[in-house]
Amino acid sequence: MNLRSIVPWLAGSLLMAGALGGAVADESDAPQRDYQVPLPEAPAGEATFQPPAEADIPDTPYGDMVRLGRDLFLDTQRLRDEYVFNDQNCSNCHLDAGRLANSAPMWASVGMYPAYRGKNDKVNTMAERIQGCFTYSMNGIPPEYGSEPLVALQTYFHWLATGAPINESLPGRGYPGLEEPAQAPDRGRGAELFAERCAICHGDGGQGQTVGERQVFPPLWGDGAYNWGAGMHRVNTAANFIKANMPLGQPYSLSDQQAWDLAAFINGHERPQDPRRRTLKSVDETDRIFHQHMGYYGDTVDGHRLGDHDDYGENPGAE
Amino acid sequence: MSAMRIAGGLGLVVGLGLAAGPGFALEGDADRGERVAGTCTACHQADGMGMAMPQGESWPRLAGLPAAYIAKQLHDFKAGRRENATMMPFANMLDDQQIVDVAAYYAQLAPWPSLPDDYRAADPGKSAEWLAERGDWSRTVPGCNQCHGPNGQGVGSHFPPLAGQHAGYLAAQLEGWREGRRRNDPNGLMRGVAERLSDDEIASIADYYATLPERLAASGAPLTGEDAQ
Repeated sequence: MNLRSIVPWLAGSLLMAGALGGAVADESDAPQRDYQVPLPEAPAGEATFQPPAEADIPDTPYGDMVRLGRDLFLDTQRLRDEYVFNDQNCSNCHLDAGRLANSAPMWASVGMYPAYRGKNDKVNTMAERIQGCFTYSMNGIPPEYGSEPLVALQTYFHWLATGAPINESLPGRGYPGLEEPAQAPDRGRGAELFAERCAICHGDGGQGQTVGERQVFPPLWGDGAYNWGAGMHRVNTAANFIKANMPLGQPYSLSDQQAWDLAAFINGHERPQDPRRRTLKSVDETDRIFHQHMGYYGDTVDGHRLGDHDDYGENPGAE
Repeated sequence: MSAMRIAGGLGLVVGLGLAAGPGFALEGDADRGERVAGTCTACHQADGMGMAMPQGESWPRLAGLPAAYIAKQLHDFKAGRRENATMMPFANMLDDQQIVDVAAYYAQLAPWPSLPDDYRAADPGKSAEWLAERGDWSRTVPGCNQCHGPNGQGVGSHFPPLAGQHAGYLAAQLEGWREGRRRNDPNGLMRGVAERLSDDEIASIADYYATLPERLAASGAPLTGEDAQ
């Protein structure tokens, strides 16, 4: 159906950035934290940093932890029903096991944390950032501080960043930001393009494809997908990812407008509830506090108000 | 339900203009297909297992390939989207109904071996295994298994199984995509990959998949299906 245009999205987020200083200052419990620290833009230009080769992982206890982190990154589903409650693996959104430039590579992320975030007035560590991924992108429960999965992932990321500068935004970090599209993102155009270019892998209904127990192509909406709190549910984040990384093996083959349209189509679908909703009174409140950005949470699309449900996917809740 | 899904997927292909013809709406009958297959057995063998040719393009295994995949290939031979001097006259002899029938026949002849689907870390010291599992992203080459599934056993009807297919056939397809003789890959997905592979890589990845079921069996990995005996 029709879409919220980008201008109100942007204006809304600017207004809220100011208004929220007080409203969320006292957010202290983990589920209410917005895990996405705004980081400095990655500088333009080709990525020059090269992570070390996997053949060079040392045969030591340290190397064993690096390998475990690499395995968890590629096969995050081994943490299913403990920390992961959807069908995703880290490597779905961070291609080449977190090594690929412009695919939010981990070697570029490591040096940016700890980072201060005015919105919750605290310094956020890499461990907290990873926990955020589990809570939202994996619709899961974050591994505890010091737990083996968290230590393994941090060790793997740290090893990938061997020789990288610390506290410096590197070319290739994150997903390259697209300019605002010429036309407002259009779900209808996105739907047509999805059927042509994406459904062959992700399925006509965005459900992904499996072989036996193995998820080969990830679901993009529904219970198996990232939840309403994940960064990827934002239309701009998804558009940036799509442009630089999709279809697999054909980066930058879609126009900017196509990437925006696809992102709008994909993210205009229902997915597991934002876990922060558990401690808030209503969808309206969750929308007001946490969704003043380019997303469809709380919006009515095709006669259905997105996010207006108690479906947290398979996640039973922290208690 | 699954028939609906296949029909939907094919509708997409038709819409793209990659394949066309009312044949996709038809239902295949394996018994009728067996009679059609009489002309196929000289090369693809009575058991549908094809034959490895020491020199040149091997005759591919058809037994256990997805019916929709076989049917699409036959239409593509007819339309010239897949150039093959041997196959074209045979494909031209088939009408739309015969195509879905013979596809149904080969699809049910013997199950493609079902290989382990659990994650195993690829060994960076083994170049073909690495290419299969992880690809080479410095050249934007995804791992083959990222689309063809764990151990290249195939995903749905668009990503055919690679493991257990004849090496000469696999290599000839990669060369065909690279050189433009085969251009029936959805969205050009294979062409881009094949263009970035060297001759040596094509030979080694083809051999890797041709021999993978045997090597997995030798290493004690459980097999199911026809190859388990």
